[in-house]
Amino acid sequence: MSVVVSPIREPLIRGSKTYHQITEDLCAATERAPSLAWVLAFIVAGGALSFGMFCIIWTIWVGIGSWNLNRTIGWGWDITNFVWWIGIGHAGTLISAILLLFRQKWRTGVNRAAEAMTIFAVICAALFPGIHVGRMWVVYFFFPYPNTRGPLWPNFNSPLLWDLFAISTYFSVSLLFWYTGLVPDFATVRDRAKGFRKKLYNFLSFGWTGSAKHWQRWEALCLVLAGISTPLVLSVHTIVSFDFATSVIPGWHTTIFPPYFVAGAIFSGFAMVQTLMLMTRKVLKLEDYITLEHIESMNKVILLTGTIVGVAYLTELFIAWYSGYVYEQFAFFNRALGPYWWAYFGMMTCNVLSPQIFWIKKFRRSIYWTFLLSIFVNIGMWFERFVIIATTLARDYLPSSWSLYSPSWVEIGIFIGTLGIFFTFYLIFVRLAPVVAIAEIKHILKAAGDQYVDKNNAHAKQAALHPPVHHETAEHH
Amino acid sequence: MSSHKEVIYGLYNDEEELLSAVKIANDQHLPIMDVYSPFPVHGLDGLLHLSESRLHQGGFVYGFIGLLTGFLGMTWIFTKDWPIIIGGKPYWAVPAFIPITFEMTVLFAAWGMTITFYIICGMGPGVTNPVLDERISDDKFCIAFNKASLDGNTGKVNDFFRSTGAAEVNTKVF
Repeated sequence: MSVVVSPIREPLIRGSKTYHQITEDLCAATERAPSLAWVLAFIVAGGALSFGMFCIIWTIWVGIGSWNLNRTIGWGWDITNFVWWIGIGHAGTLISAILLLFRQKWRTGVNRAAEAMTIFAVICAALFPGIHVGRMWVVYFFFPYPNTRGPLWPNFNSPLLWDLFAISTYFSVSLLFWYTGLVPDFATVRDRAKGFRKKLYNFLSFGWTGSAKHWQRWEALCLVLAGISTPLVLSVHTIVSFDFATSVIPGWHTTIFPPYFVAGAIFSGFAMVQTLMLMTRKVLKLEDYITLEHIESMNKVILLTGTIVGVAYLTELFIAWYSGYVYEQFAFFNRALGPYWWAYFGMMTCNVLSPQIFWIKKFRRSIYWTFLLSIFVNIGMWFERFVIIATTLARDYLPSSWSLYSPSWVEIGIFIGTLGIFFTFYLIFVRLAPVVAIAEIKHILKAAGDQYVDKNNAHAKQAALHPPVHHETAEHH
Repeated sequence: MSSHKEVIYGLYNDEEELLSAVKIANDQHLPIMDVYSPFPVHGLDGLLHLSESRLHQGGFVYGFIGLLTGFLGMTWIFTKDWPIIIGGKPYWAVPAFIPITFEMTVLFAAWGMTITFYIICGMGPGVTNPVLDERISDDKFCIAFNKASLDGNTGKVNDFFRSTGAAEVNTKVF
């Protein structure tokens, strides 16, 4: 079977791998004893998680007054963190769904880990709406269900309820997509395992056999899940932006919010994928599977989305001025030059200026610069949400109500706790499941493996020198 | 899986060998029971006369049920069960119902299709299906014949495996 490959493509799998070598390489991390680095990282992440849990319990026990929010600033670190985590959770589905539809083969090296990251980030995000209501024990009031209170229903006209539906749907569909992709790989691990691990992976692999009909259905399922996840992922951050855009707060009620939020979400998500993948490929020695091609491709996405975000920032400023509406103008003046100017400049520097280094190929292909920049973008995007939320609220219509806000130790602790949840889950994931999709890598091996790409390139060169003309002559006869 | 099924299977090292072997099996009218591979082999569906999966049609139906559930549910609640004026909007505020209707469509389509997939494949949490060879999920491509459907003509199958370059031929009883 000949595979058509564009000759300009660089190989995505290096080291002349065979199918068996791929299995060995990608299962290895689940089969050996954890390394010291993993154990130390797990202790740190678990510690952060425990402290975060303590702070959440503290919040519920003492009440929301343990946070430094006030009547003017009703949303602070809680919703900033919520939007930040939800944004990070967008890269996984983008990579696995949109890049699948676009037939981008480089998605294969990173999709599994990015999808896992999505799920963990959405868990972290979903925590905040739950605890920020204060009375967490009645949080099920969010859901529309026949109840004895009337029945009283939630307000279906409210973007906050839309958000509940969007995030629940996003979480569960991402989970299905991720798990369905994992099932064949769990079967691979199962067939190599002994004893307890055999039982465990037998359970996790759902009885996968690799039958031709099952593969056919599996591909059909993955393709349709990708097709419906694509509008889903765009809808989620659109709806998150509606939480702000449908209000009447200057600086929030702008029509640019949905595309601006979606671009920002992809931007921050890819940055977090880079942060994690650069560490993962180093620690698990996956340099042959997560190559510089993958890193460069993701850096291009970061450059594009970072620039879109930059254009959105400038558009907001221009429209504020052009609107002639003093409150809108003041909101943006306040953002850039008010008491929280440092957050605005942090946001501008990290999100708009710093990714511009990726116009230069040398930086796009540098591990060091990529890692540094991914951290910059993570920080910058956190600042963006803080600027939009806290800075805007701090200066409202009534100057007598103007206020300032800095988080209490409880709020900082919960944020650290979500980082702990995220990394704890990720560390468990790299031990339990193959971080790179084994079956999908094997599937693209003959199209993207270095030993095949070189052969294809030679063929393509020959074809270019001797173009096939027999088709035309056949038609003339 | 029924009990006491005797399966003869051959393992190939490469998907291209597998594809040409399946073609030859078709030419020789050998009744292939199933083909197993470590990853989806494109071109196999046609050779095995597998019809296109109808999962996506199921997905459409599930999605449509979700759409109706979401939209009609909100309509009933806000016009019949508990009409309430919110922000001066009409009871039946259709544009405001669109986001939730969309999410419900996606939710139902995804869950419906995935659950259907596992049921029709005979898979699920804790299900154990017989594995012919543990290397099939690694690097081996397998063609399997049910001995019962060969009318005792096992010699022909063995010849077929030998001539098509199978790396191994084995028999397994379930």
